[in-house]
Amino acid sequence: MKRDPIYGMMAEFDSAQALVDAARRTNEAGYKKIDAYSPFPIEGLAEEVGFHHDEVPLVVLIGAIIGGLTGYAMQYWMSAVDYPLNIGGKPPHSWPAFIVITFEMTILFGGISAVLGMLALNGLPMPYHPVFNVPRFALASKDRFFLIVFSSDKKYDAVGTRKFFEGLGPRSISEVPS
Amino acid sequence: MDEQYKMTVEAQRAPVIEPGHTFGTVTEKISAIVLTRPASNGWFVGFGLCFILTMMMLYAIGYLFLKGIGIWGVTIPIGWGFAIVNFVWWIGIGHAGTLISAILLLLRQSWRNSINRFAEAMTLFAVACAGIFPAIHIGRPWLAYWLFPYPNTMKVWPQFRSPLMWDVFAVSTYATISALFWFVGLIPDLATLRDRAENRWTRMVYGILSMGWRGSARHWHRYETMYLLLAGLATPLVLSVHTVVSFDFAIGIVPGWHTTIFPPYFVAGAIYSGFAMVLMLAIPIRKIYGLEDFITERHLQNSAKVMLATGLIVAYGYGIEAFMGWYGGDRYDAFTLWNRLHGPYASSYWALLTCNIFVPQVLWIRKLRTSPVALFFISGVILVGMWLERFIIVVVSLHRDFLTSSWGMYYPTRWDWMTFIGTIGFFLACMFLFLRVLPAISIFEMRTLLPGAEVKAE
Repeated sequence: MKRDPIYGMMAEFDSAQALVDAARRTNEAGYKKIDAYSPFPIEGLAEEVGFHHDEVPLVVLIGAIIGGLTGYAMQYWMSAVDYPLNIGGKPPHSWPAFIVITFEMTILFGGISAVLGMLALNGLPMPYHPVFNVPRFALASKDRFFLIVFSSDKKYDAVGTRKFFEGLGPRSISEVPS
Repeated sequence: MDEQYKMTVEAQRAPVIEPGHTFGTVTEKISAIVLTRPASNGWFVGFGLCFILTMMMLYAIGYLFLKGIGIWGVTIPIGWGFAIVNFVWWIGIGHAGTLISAILLLLRQSWRNSINRFAEAMTLFAVACAGIFPAIHIGRPWLAYWLFPYPNTMKVWPQFRSPLMWDVFAVSTYATISALFWFVGLIPDLATLRDRAENRWTRMVYGILSMGWRGSARHWHRYETMYLLLAGLATPLVLSVHTVVSFDFAIGIVPGWHTTIFPPYFVAGAIYSGFAMVLMLAIPIRKIYGLEDFITERHLQNSAKVMLATGLIVAYGYGIEAFMGWYGGDRYDAFTLWNRLHGPYASSYWALLTCNIFVPQVLWIRKLRTSPVALFFISGVILVGMWLERFIIVVVSLHRDFLTSSWGMYYPTRWDWMTFIGTIGFFLACMFLFLRVLPAISIFEMRTLLPGAEVKAE
């Protein structure tokens, strides 16, 4: 498949408020494949760009459950099945003594799956991305706010989208080469 | 609460971030420390000294590997000497970092945003220092990996009913989660440094570490969810770590160890010493790097209040220990109390009470709570006090147990001191490096505190 030479159209804004308003209007105008970039998390912005399902909690839950089960099963198998050892007359399967490590393993697996899950769902690490082709985008990690309409959007059109963006009062508009 | 009253209270408080800052100035100021500010002579001298101490630590450990733990002051009955004292002390110090980054995040304490980054770094380095001790005190340190359950030709497994095994899991989980928490917290800031670096190599290194973070709204959403969940997981974890450390003692039957007050009192003590270390680091850092706008009087005051509160919990712990020694009716427990007050180590017990209970009471005075110099010294006193507490628990409890025939004395040797002081050098050397290569204050979380970060819904 031939790659589209243009990745999308990007508008730059001065404030978080302007970005949120612009994202809402873009969404309402019928653009569906859009994204916004900001130097810090902005409440409600993800919803405006059409992001509704965050799978991170599920990943963490599954990770934590697997961790807890692994922790307990490991201790049970090692102390009661494979190498039962009489310690102070306690039964081989002395479950109260196994709780601490079960708990720690739950946290360990939950924490690791939270971080790896977040990175994987975000498609990171990805050192090269078309948005970095826009020189002004370096400010997205400082004090500027960016909105993009991807060229894969059905409504995308080099002239029409730029015109629409101009109506939002951005600081600059640039076409993003892919 | 009455709105006007609330506003007056708020106006009297020092702000979390001094007025007049914008997203740009916050970014500029914090990243400049790493990117443009040249390392001063003071930095080189400080780092150099700490590096020498680190070498001293490695020398002491090297000699230990050569000769065995006979070079230390440990003997029977005091088989747990400085190594365990220092282990508990360091791991306790680490606790403040997680408390600040996780628990205060869940409690929506926005003032944590300017101190969480270096407090987390402090946690990581303190846990690294702590981790050295159990590994080297086992006698045959090259076999330390036997602590982990791995399939081996001996066909044996670790003994999971022992609190020492719980400790292995608690501390290694704690180290892993602290490192993860710290690293993911850095990702957006590393992207800032990548975008601001002038030098190609710097840009590449930060670029690789930031993993191509671009600040997409979707990414931020998942990031925040992850961060909150990680905080939620780290909160019970941090409480469990020192609880498990206290089990190392409380599960044993030695008088002075075998008590149920240990877990809460250890956790409070950990936070107490951790905040003291945070202040001892924050006060010089804010002065030297001109960060008074970000680490304000408010942070100093709040940390002082946390120390006051946890210090009182610790005092309650001492009180209950003494009370139970008298009220419990067990003659060995009663003797432990008498021995602390009048035995050969009585001076360290009185020094402990002075450092941990009497001196910190001056924090009730507002003027001292807001004075950086006073806080710096009080924090130092608390750190000494908390070290003494662990010395009392480990050494003084062990040196006179049930049978008079097995009593003994513990005298640390120069190798004990070299290892201990060496870890302080190692810890500070890591802090010095951290300040130069990573943003010491979380830039993106500071941005969220600025008025421009608030967005009104339609």
